[in-house]
Amino acid sequence: MTATTLTSTQGAGRAGDKIFSGAALAAGCLILAVLFGVALFLVVQAIPALTAPSAEIQGGEGFFAYIWPIVIGTLIAAVIALVIATPIAIGVALFISHFAPRRLAAGLGYVVDLLAAIPSVIYGAWGAAFLAKEISPAYNWLAANMGWLPIFQGPASATGKTILTAGIVLSVMVLPIITSLSREIFLQTPKLHEEAALALGATRWEMIKMSVLPFARPGIISAVMLGLGRALGETMAVALVLSSGALTASLIQSGNQTIAAEIALNFPEASGLKVSTLVAAGLVLFIITLAVNMVARWIISRHKEFSGAN
Amino acid sequence: MSKRIDVKDLNVYYGDFLAVEDVTINIEAKSVTAFIGPSGCGKSTFLRTLNRMHEVIPGARVEGDVMLDGDNLYGPGVDPVTVRSQIGMVFQRPNPFPTMSIRDNVLAGVKLNNKKISKGEADVLVERSLKGANLWNEVKDRLEKPGSGLSGGQQQRLCIARAIAVEPQVILMDEPCSALDPISTLAIEDLINELKDQYTVVIVTHNMQQAARVSDRTAFFNIAGTGKPGKLIEVDDTHTIFSNPTQKATEDYVSGRFG
Repeated sequence: MTATTLTSTQGAGRAGDKIFSGAALAAGCLILAVLFGVALFLVVQAIPALTAPSAEIQGGEGFFAYIWPIVIGTLIAAVIALVIATPIAIGVALFISHFAPRRLAAGLGYVVDLLAAIPSVIYGAWGAAFLAKEISPAYNWLAANMGWLPIFQGPASATGKTILTAGIVLSVMVLPIITSLSREIFLQTPKLHEEAALALGATRWEMIKMSVLPFARPGIISAVMLGLGRALGETMAVALVLSSGALTASLIQSGNQTIAAEIALNFPEASGLKVSTLVAAGLVLFIITLAVNMVARWIISRHKEFSGAN
Repeated sequence: MSKRIDVKDLNVYYGDFLAVEDVTINIEAKSVTAFIGPSGCGKSTFLRTLNRMHEVIPGARVEGDVMLDGDNLYGPGVDPVTVRSQIGMVFQRPNPFPTMSIRDNVLAGVKLNNKKISKGEADVLVERSLKGANLWNEVKDRLEKPGSGLSGGQQQRLCIARAIAVEPQVILMDEPCSALDPISTLAIEDLINELKDQYTVVIVTHNMQQAARVSDRTAFFNIAGTGKPGKLIEVDDTHTIFSNPTQKATEDYVSGRFG
């Protein structure tokens, strides 16, 4: 009797469960399939460039000699962007979450989110037409006063269209991403931990150091990595701002190039092996982004014991 | 190392809402004072005004005087940060810093305000504070492990160790046992008995037996109804409150005929 009632409930109620679990499984598989498809496309299309005789690759010295300067250029631009954007973003996020009066905080948060809505081509145009011109006196000053540092070696670019300008434009673009994610994390800090710090006699900044920042650390790292992803892959702004060239150590001379801008500028007129070379460059960018994300996950997981999740 | 607290005509507001009305109470040094009363009667709110922790809540403010051995906590130029380093607090739910080790948790308050402390001094202080909180024997072999890995009762004693490490004058406890099992509760109650040799202790509790067990004096708070302010009904020796209170409301509450 009991056994039959237990087994007979399987009919109607279970259909919803099955449909839902099927849909969830399909969605999960779709993500993997898309990722795999992209990777497969990149590898297959890149093989001709990787196996071609070195003389046939642009530059005539093989794919490796072609790719490494633009890899370095990509990393330089992204690092400049993060070095500028991260402290500002964390500062703004902290101001919004813990310092500003509520009404000001709401308005400021809205403005920061608006920054993210501006298309990248606008940023590029702004960087090329306005920022580059305005900032070139500063470059001249850097070249004159700090020229002994290889990164500020003169003569500075007269147009200001340098990798440093591109990095600054990129930093404005990644700022809203890092800010809004950090702000969300900061707001989630348990009241309990904030009060623990305050009750010990912590000032507001000490409370932030003791409870908010440690709690938010994994979130900040994720936010910075998302920003890095945007900075690495950003195409239009760099293509417009940077007057590209060979790899140079100086950040205030024209020169350097990023992978994304290189692909965007050359793809329309490329054919044959050139297309394959550019796709191979894309593959390299894909690997860099993947590596960055894995490193970020590793950093976060290293401190799991102290994360408060246990 | 302990001071008395004298509260005179204290009103607590949340915005325009009067939450606690006209409290006057003297809290003796080196004794345990318990606040009892039904939920929402303002006893936790009032406790927070004793070290200005209510200021964390937007819109909360007070009128009146709270004197710590004659110094007004709400006097002009008084920094709440200084007040809180003199009057520590233990919360309802144990809240050790999850990213810090047991050792760093104990030292958290001591390292504030850029104070430097040598490793030797720190070791002594950690041992003394953890012994003071009856936790040393349980954690001495794992001081570098995270505080969040301890049981709830151990975490609460860690929070007490953290509070006494800064050598406060007064320790406020906001229902410190309400999230703990009976055995951990007993451990905390024993600890409170030892703490009063050195500190002034004020404890909010929902548990009348607990108030009867640990406190020297008991204050009964009550509320006339929803939307009305909480009031201090009477305060006296714990024995008197539980056996022979002067107010009818107190007698009803402690005998279980109410709330």
